[in-house]
Amino acid sequence: MKNILDRDVPKKVSSYIDLEPYYGSSNKDIIKSNDKLIGFEEVLDKLDIKDGMTISFHHHFREGDIILNKIIENLAERGVENLTLAPSSLTNVHSDTVIENVKKGVIKKIHTSGLRGKLGEEISNGLMEEPVIIRSHGGRAGAIETGRLDIDIAFIAAPTADIAGNVSGAEGPSACGALGYAAVDARNAKKTVAFTDNIVDFPVKSISIPQRLVDYVVEVNQIGDPSKIAKGALRKSVDTPPKNMIVASKVAEIIRGSRYFKEDFSLQTGSGSISLETISLLKKIMIEKEITGSFLMGGITSGHVDLLENGLFKKIFDTQSFDIGAVESINKNKLHLEIDASDYANPFNKGPLVNNLDFVILSALEIDLDFNVNVLTGSDGVLRGASGGHSDTAFGSNISIIVAPSIRGRMPTIKESVTTVITPGSDIDILVTERGICVNPKREDIKEDIRKNTSLDIIEINELKEKIESITKPANSIEFKDNIVGLVEYRDGTIIDVVREIK
Amino acid sequence: MEINKASSVGTLESSDVLISIQPENGINIEIESDVMKQYGDRIERIVRETINYFEIDNIYVKVQDQGALDYTIKARLETSLKRASESK
Amino acid sequence: MNRLRRSMLYLPGNIPSMLQDAHIYGSDSILIDLEDSVPLSEKDSARILVRNALNNIDYGDIEVTVRINPIHTDFYIDDIKAIVLGRPDAIRVPKSESAEQIKKVDELITKIEKENNIEGGYVKLMPMIETAKGVKNVHEISEASTRNVALTIGGEDLATDLGVTRTKGSEEIFTARSLVVMAAKAAGIDALDTIYSNVKDIEGLKEETKLIKKLGFSGKAVIHPNQIKPIHEVFNPTEKEIKESKKIVSAAKAAEEKGLGAITVNDKMIDYPIVDRAKKILSYAESTSK
Repeated sequence: MKNILDRDVPKKVSSYIDLEPYYGSSNKDIIKSNDKLIGFEEVLDKLDIKDGMTISFHHHFREGDIILNKIIENLAERGVENLTLAPSSLTNVHSDTVIENVKKGVIKKIHTSGLRGKLGEEISNGLMEEPVIIRSHGGRAGAIETGRLDIDIAFIAAPTADIAGNVSGAEGPSACGALGYAAVDARNAKKTVAFTDNIVDFPVKSISIPQRLVDYVVEVNQIGDPSKIAKGALRKSVDTPPKNMIVASKVAEIIRGSRYFKEDFSLQTGSGSISLETISLLKKIMIEKEITGSFLMGGITSGHVDLLENGLFKKIFDTQSFDIGAVESINKNKLHLEIDASDYANPFNKGPLVNNLDFVILSALEIDLDFNVNVLTGSDGVLRGASGGHSDTAFGSNISIIVAPSIRGRMPTIKESVTTVITPGSDIDILVTERGICVNPKREDIKEDIRKNTSLDIIEINELKEKIESITKPANSIEFKDNIVGLVEYRDGTIIDVVREIK
Repeated sequence: MEINKASSVGTLESSDVLISIQPENGINIEIESDVMKQYGDRIERIVRETINYFEIDNIYVKVQDQGALDYTIKARLETSLKRASESK
Repeated sequence: MNRLRRSMLYLPGNIPSMLQDAHIYGSDSILIDLEDSVPLSEKDSARILVRNALNNIDYGDIEVTVRINPIHTDFYIDDIKAIVLGRPDAIRVPKSESAEQIKKVDELITKIEKENNIEGGYVKLMPMIETAKGVKNVHEISEASTRNVALTIGGEDLATDLGVTRTKGSEEIFTARSLVVMAAKAAGIDALDTIYSNVKDIEGLKEETKLIKKLGFSGKAVIHPNQIKPIHEVFNPTEKEIKESKKIVSAAKAAEEKGLGAITVNDKMIDYPIVDRAKKILSYAESTSK
């Protein structure tokens, strides 16, 4: 047959069948224009969001996020219903809007890493008909990339964008640093929309999400509250509470005495005062012992950047930039790299970075005699935390260290059995509290290193539990109804635990 | 012991308890606590036992608990009862 | 060997969260205060809270001491009546100025111990020298009671009484410090030094601790947990001191076994006082390594 250039082309040759002749360069599936700028209402018209769709957001703006609430409110006005809301996580700033729109029927299902404040409380009290799906950062990336979580529209709050759709997290008045959670969404969603308050000339300087993934770019007045996005520098404080200093010095000592503490070791910490204090102590130890680490990973603060800039670590892999120092560093330092949630922790790719970790320092709301950890529900049974990277890093690391106060407001941290399992005890190696250190029985190597190389005492976890209970005295257990309000997925998608409605 | 005036002992700081007492007919106890479900009945038992120990029949006690341990609740309550029963 | 008293952590007596956590910081003793840190209107709440804390909190091996109110106030009697029931290891008596005052306190404690089936002499005393009069009468104070286990000096109040300001070099209390040490050692008890108020100045703290160690003090009061480790580092024998002491003690043993009168180490003659000191250092090193 002839194509439009009058060339003689076959419909089939040997095993190649169903061949299509060239019909001109105006194939309507191929985009020519790279001017994706569009108005707010216009894009929502164009997207034609239908009932039951799945929409996603990122939480890199933390308490400074504006866009999720704005979109939900607009969709409510448009009469959309039964949406599945699948942000990477939810914070206090979202509570009122989400609660209201669940009640109105706009939102039917929620997939998230965490729930806080009023929203967590209401869901624990039976707000929703459908249980919430809780996933870790790696679990969410895995679910998205394998299609189990199928996103129709990814709404991305972008600190900076150009009209072709390139997005940067590190530049602009509302800069947030890494945009790793959003990157996975952009790669897999059916449609991706970038909202920004900072349009720049093409091309954006440092690209977090490339134009090939973005359908529309919308300019708004304000994308977020900068004062709540990138806080003032988080460093070890001279006023670290003494109890936290005790825990931090024990952690630093444990690391120092560990066989994994050698040239090119890697580390992930949290961003709380214990982690920052530990980093500060490790800095001194590393200088003294002339040990350089290979990489730091996780939520990054000025405290972490300080180690990179002093040549004590070779690279930073940033999953979330917590303060101004981290944002500036990711913007200007080639050794400070943004990684997406899949690179970080997706168990189903060919090897996420968590597998390269030596040490990870994690928190816990509760831990039990089997070393299972709960970071999701409080001692009152209410949803108040997040799965985050906990189970991912605990699995991948050589040594996982839990730091927690032994008592919180009269409630012991060590329990017979945790209210909700987020991370199984098989992946938890050490518990450090201000009143004692416990090592998982299957880690004789850690016990040996602590005994040989440090002056720290180890106590059996059931002994420490009894010691603490003799102080607090036994608590009544919380009662739950049968109704399941949350399904906790382990990072591989299997159900590791449930959250029930409280009585 | 007779309660003949109001008294207030303790603070709302973490691990403390604020006990407020007033003269009132009968035994009336009001408890507020973040750990109500887990420790509420224990706190009430301590208050009642202490009131019985001092042989008090008429009192209003408000307990605003901030996760106080037993020894603190008893101490603040004892002090408060003593102040509320002092001769004017 | 006396118990270790390198550090004494001050705690305000009316704050439950601090009473509960006092012993996790690693100090050798804690000092629960009913005096300056407790406002007048709360003296009653504090003493009952502390009594209950003493009876219910397991402080482990730490020495638990309580500072009562001074003898010229009305509070000290009720303080002692309440606190002794909690069996503290020792009571600190602020502004001690005469043997008579210490005897009065001793008698009251004895009475309460008896009335409550507490082993007689259980609660020890640590008189505080904080005034010029106290310094003047320091010998009679130190010998006034068999309960005395330590003499302590309160630098801030002493400076006020002398009409001077406290300085970083602390020359103003130098003589008083020496006199307190003298009296303590003559009575066979410990001398414990005053607080270092600049919590952020760890170097200054260490310098002062080195000085008072030289003078003969066995320890120092502490107002922030961050001060504990630096003070212990100063008091703990160094590796070098421990090695030297071991050499001296074995040389002494060898000389004794051979029936030799003279002991030489590194070609130097060693007198018996030096051997004694070496033994004390090794014994001290053993306690501090626990």
